[in-house]
Amino acid sequence: MIPAAFEYYRPKDMAGVLAVLEEHGDDARVLAGGHSLIPMMKLRMAEVPHLIDLQDVAGLTGITIENGTVRLGTMTTQATMIDDAALLAAAPIMREAALQIADPQVRYMGTVGGNVANGDPGNDMPGLMQCLDATFHLVGPDGDRDVAAREFYEAAYMTDREDDEVLVAVSFPAPEGGYAYEKQKRKIGDYATAAAAVQITKENGVCATASIAMTNLSDTPIYSEEAGEALIGTSVDEAAVEAAVAAMLGDIDPTEDNRGPIEFKRHAAAVILRRAIARAWSRA
Amino acid sequence: MADKMHIKMTVNGEEQEFLAEPRELLIHTLRERLDITGPHIGCETTHCGACTVTIDGKSVKSCTMFVAQANGADVTTIEGIGDPDNLHVLQNAFKEHHGLQCGFCTPGMITRATKLLEENPNPTEEEVRFGMAGNICRCTGYQNIVKSILAAASEMNAAKEAAE
Ligand SMILES: Cc1cc2nc3c(=O)[nH]c(=O)nc-3n(C[C@H](O)[C@H](O)[C@H](O)COP(=O)(O)OP(=O)(O)OC[C@H]3O[C@@H](n4cnc5c(N)ncnc54)[C@H](O)[C@@H]3O)c2cc1C
Ligand code: FES
Ligand code: FES
Repeated sequence: MIPAAFEYYRPKDMAGVLAVLEEHGDDARVLAGGHSLIPMMKLRMAEVPHLIDLQDVAGLTGITIENGTVRLGTMTTQATMIDDAALLAAAPIMREAALQIADPQVRYMGTVGGNVANGDPGNDMPGLMQCLDATFHLVGPDGDRDVAAREFYEAAYMTDREDDEVLVAVSFPAPEGGYAYEKQKRKIGDYATAAAAVQITKENGVCATASIAMTNLSDTPIYSEEAGEALIGTSVDEAAVEAAVAAMLGDIDPTEDNRGPIEFKRHAAAVILRRAIARAWSRA
Repeated sequence: MADKMHIKMTVNGEEQEFLAEPRELLIHTLRERLDITGPHIGCETTHCGACTVTIDGKSVKSCTMFVAQANGADVTTIEGIGDPDNLHVLQNAFKEHHGLQCGFCTPGMITRATKLLEENPNPTEEEVRFGMAGNICRCTGYQNIVKSILAAASEMNAAKEAAE
């Protein structure tokens, strides 16, 4: 499995990255951890004549938590998300989700930016970012731009990012209340058959806010506003949960593949969401 | 065709310098260029872990890294962990506890396990299974691999205590 030949660049700053992108247009692409892009290049499903490795670019790593906002540099790896004590305190759902991605070797390499920029509906971070109402920070030849995670995904491998734009960070308000990332997969290292990200807050025994997003059940992640709304103002009893599940099922559009037929996926989505709501509520 | 690159890396403590196309996969560099054949190619699709090496302190599947990315890196393979006359504690534990049958997965298993025990010197059985989940074995059923790693951990901890 030998990929097609390419020119390799390892710039030290963003100006160097943007210069190559500007010169070569969509013949150039950035490489983060490489654990989505390299397999595609080996299969020759992706051809990248000009490959720009981000590993030496200054300022793309690090997790900061300031004034209630969590910010992760695009090159933050899944392994770092699992180990970072401050991130665990501020947004424990990040660790819970990262632990369910791939396997240890992949998690040392895979980055948050690569995971959200990739556009593969199977990636776990995009749905999670929608649940957390994250903002993606991009730079391009015309300057900086912020895009809401809930507005970013257009179709499989199609996002709002322009070819000459680079993601530098993701940020989100530190979530409050209970959380859960639930994922059904066939084995460790597999992408989700269905996954749900849930954040819930509770006031006086009643659900005050709820945010729900689903993974690998459409050609984009699905933020289901109605599913969240079905829980708000309730005691998250069975009727409320079933209303949320019904709302979610109205928003997803799974296709048949080797993870199963459509009916099975809808069934798995419902089971996973029920579990995620129950766990998030128990922690709220 | 893209130009060859001048590559420099440290492999098992030895400086290596050569010209290579950037697209060369690190596993091919190790096996075919440097004759370091401990890391194996099982799947070549990032699933089996037979090609696992340690790069700058991370366990990495070397079939999923271009040699260009490893330029300047410090790489350790099973050959840098122990040798037949001087087995690493983990290698000895695999031998003692039948942690291998055909042995194909073993270099990747042990290389990954060195890193696992470095990060978590006292793992539970569950933590061993979770930490080794990127390595597939077609023979042993994993039971004896887990046993070997747990045995190596207690031996290493006992040695550490004795030294203190
Ligand atoms: C065996 C295996 C199992 C896996 N299982 C899962 C799983 O269960 N869940 C999951 O979510 N993922 C899974 N992955 C994918 C893994 O998490 C990837 O590492 C991740 O999706 C991509 O991150 P990366 O840093 O490796 O990106 P890369 O592969 O380097 O890049 C991916 C894409 O994003 C683009 N990109 C990267 N960084 C930027 C940036 N800063 N700005 C603009 N574009 C950028 C690249 O150009 C490329 O198109 C798995 C991978 C493997 C090999
Ligand atoms: S050969 Fe690299 S993971 Fe199987
Ligand atoms: S011992 Fe044969 S594959 Fe593991």
